Amino acid sequence: MDKTYYSRFTRQALLLIASIALLAGCELPPNKTAQWGFRGTGMVDVEHPATMQANFAANQVPEGIPAADPSGPRASQVYKNVQVLGDLSAGQFTRVMLSISNWVAPQQGCAYCHNLANFADDSLYTKVVARKMLQMTRHINSDWKTHVQGTGVTCYTCHRGNPVPAYVWFKDEGPRTAMGYLGNRMGVGSPKPSMGNSSLPFDPFTNYLDNKENIRMAATTALPTGEDRQSIKQTEWTYALMMHFSKSLGVNCTFCHNTRAFADWKQSTPERSVAWYGIRMVRDLNNDYMKPLTEVFPAHRLGPTGDVAKTYCATCHQGVYKPLYGVSMARDYPELQGPSPSVVVAPAAKDSSEESSPKKNKKSRSNASAKLEAEIGSAAKTAAN
Amino acid sequence: MNIEYQNIFTRTQVRSAHPHTVPMEENTVFDRSSGSFHLYLAGKIGNARIGPIFLGWFGIASILCGVIAFEIIGLNMWASVNWDPVQFLRLWPWLALEPPSPAYGLHTPPLREGGWWLIDGAFLTAAIFLWWIRTYRIAKQLGLGLHVCWAFGAAIWLYMVLGFFRPILMGAWGEAPPFGFFPHLDWTAALSLRYGNLFYNPFHMLSIAFLYGSALLFAMHGATILAVGRYGGEREIEQITDRGTASERAALFWRWTMGFNGTMESVHRWAWWFAILCPLTGGIGILLTGTAVDNWYLWAVKHHVAPAYPIMPVVDPATLPGAPTN
Repeated sequence: MDKTYYSRFTRQALLLIASIALLAGCELPPNKTAQWGFRGTGMVDVEHPATMQANFAANQVPEGIPAADPSGPRASQVYKNVQVLGDLSAGQFTRVMLSISNWVAPQQGCAYCHNLANFADDSLYTKVVARKMLQMTRHINSDWKTHVQGTGVTCYTCHRGNPVPAYVWFKDEGPRTAMGYLGNRMGVGSPKPSMGNSSLPFDPFTNYLDNKENIRMAATTALPTGEDRQSIKQTEWTYALMMHFSKSLGVNCTFCHNTRAFADWKQSTPERSVAWYGIRMVRDLNNDYMKPLTEVFPAHRLGPTGDVAKTYCATCHQGVYKPLYGVSMARDYPELQGPSPSVVVAPAAKDSSEESSPKKNKKSRSNASAKLEAEIGSAAKTAAN
Repeated sequence: MNIEYQNIFTRTQVRSAHPHTVPMEENTVFDRSSGSFHLYLAGKIGNARIGPIFLGWFGIASILCGVIAFEIIGLNMWASVNWDPVQFLRLWPWLALEPPSPAYGLHTPPLREGGWWLIDGAFLTAAIFLWWIRTYRIAKQLGLGLHVCWAFGAAIWLYMVLGFFRPILMGAWGEAPPFGFFPHLDWTAALSLRYGNLFYNPFHMLSIAFLYGSALLFAMHGATILAVGRYGGEREIEQITDRGTASERAALFWRWTMGFNGTMESVHRWAWWFAILCPLTGGIGILLTGTAVDNWYLWAVKHHVAPAYPIMPVVDPATLPGAPTN
């Protein structure tokens, strides 16, 4: 009798432990879901309140410096060797310099980029890089409104108080293999958090965000015509890039796609076209702003193959579908808006006044989720003020 | 009181020096007088007696080919982590032996460019076919029908479609799945993404229906026989025509439940056909993918299978005037 009881108890205890072990990777309920597309399509946004709160805490904007007087002598007249921000007033110029210090090198201060004996000196590589980055910021804010829209970017969007942004990528040839007749990884089998720890190709970025390889894989006709020559292998590279989108933005596939027909734009959400421009923007930044700096950086700042650090979705997004939950820091920094905003084509009507209210454009959602978002929204406004 | 002894379908393990059978001629297919031993744990899930096994030349050749295939995969995976045993153990679910790049078409690539994959496929296929011959020959020797051979053949059909027939029709070994735990699952997802959502493939639909159907039938049948075990339900044939037997009670359970019952014979036919049809229809679906149909979703729209939803106000930015070309 005792023996039977004992074995039954042991068996039940083992079952309990086994089921807990199986669930170890799961989030504790309840998750919040919000409808994100036409009913019945399974287009649902899933958020976990704890993750959302943690993300929200990690994506606060810092306190800004009050706006400076735009009148008075120009920075180029007051200071020497001002190549990019010379059109600002001396007050505006100083404010931008102080802000950069707060955003990029809060520990190191001015000396991170400047020779303190002669601020005009270009001998530190960090100063040359910073100049290029200022040009890049203005370029993004004026020429890539298709992606950053009215929100814009500042140094802080990527740097978040780090001299080197936390999320950058280098060309990855993979871990060392035996290099003989055996053991060619063929680009897979090296899990990385940047593409969801999957066994998909581990460096989709060189192909798609540096080079301009074709990302579209699905056939465009019902029956074969001989035109669609993409392979299943190529599709895995696209899949890896999409996993990076998902991880970087903290969203699932249905944030942009109706997963029954990934390729069909008529069933996609407006976010997909924003993302489309994002891919082009990142290619542009990597090729026109980052790669020309390769010679400027010291060797320890370069990747294993000697390439410069490059941008991808995570560089700005950092796990959130809108960087810093859409709070516009750039609005308070007209100095970073750039001298020549050019007209660009906007694909889908998107309200650009929504940047201080996270997820305002969500079409419908559950009451609980709406309440949580309202709390976060008001907190975001407080933080923005 | 232990519930075990209320059940004729007992799991009590009987041990004796000799197999509990009547003596029979040696060196026939029925002779199992030597080469066996007892394993207590095996008795928990089946017969406690392990062995004897008949291998013969086909069995030995099959196991040899299988071991070679297994080693080619394993050594390639191990080499891919530079022979680091820790990394090999840590990463093996992520590691793969990948087929050649599609650029090689059906030509033979260098060993490290997919050549090993081709050789491995050849050995694995040989191992599987040699094992199939065993199922055929042993069934013949025992005077059985060939139902197991045909069922195994159905699974081999799906395997051959995935790794051999379809790649040949597509003109590239690169279309075949890799060997590897996660990688072959990624391949499955990528196949569906490339060919416009396999869920709209009617043969995939059939295959899923038979797969789930098989699981349901297995559960119903297993549950029924266990439930009538206390009446000796496992001794099916001799009870079929009797009154008040396990067999009649099992039949009545389903008759009262759903107004229809399979018979002790037909339920196995149901299960066999569901199991056979799962890989059979699945294989047809894979064979048509990329060869006859390039995008199953668009095919389903064309044939009014996929419902239409309201059109989103989104256009392909690449088609807009002034779109970035980079």
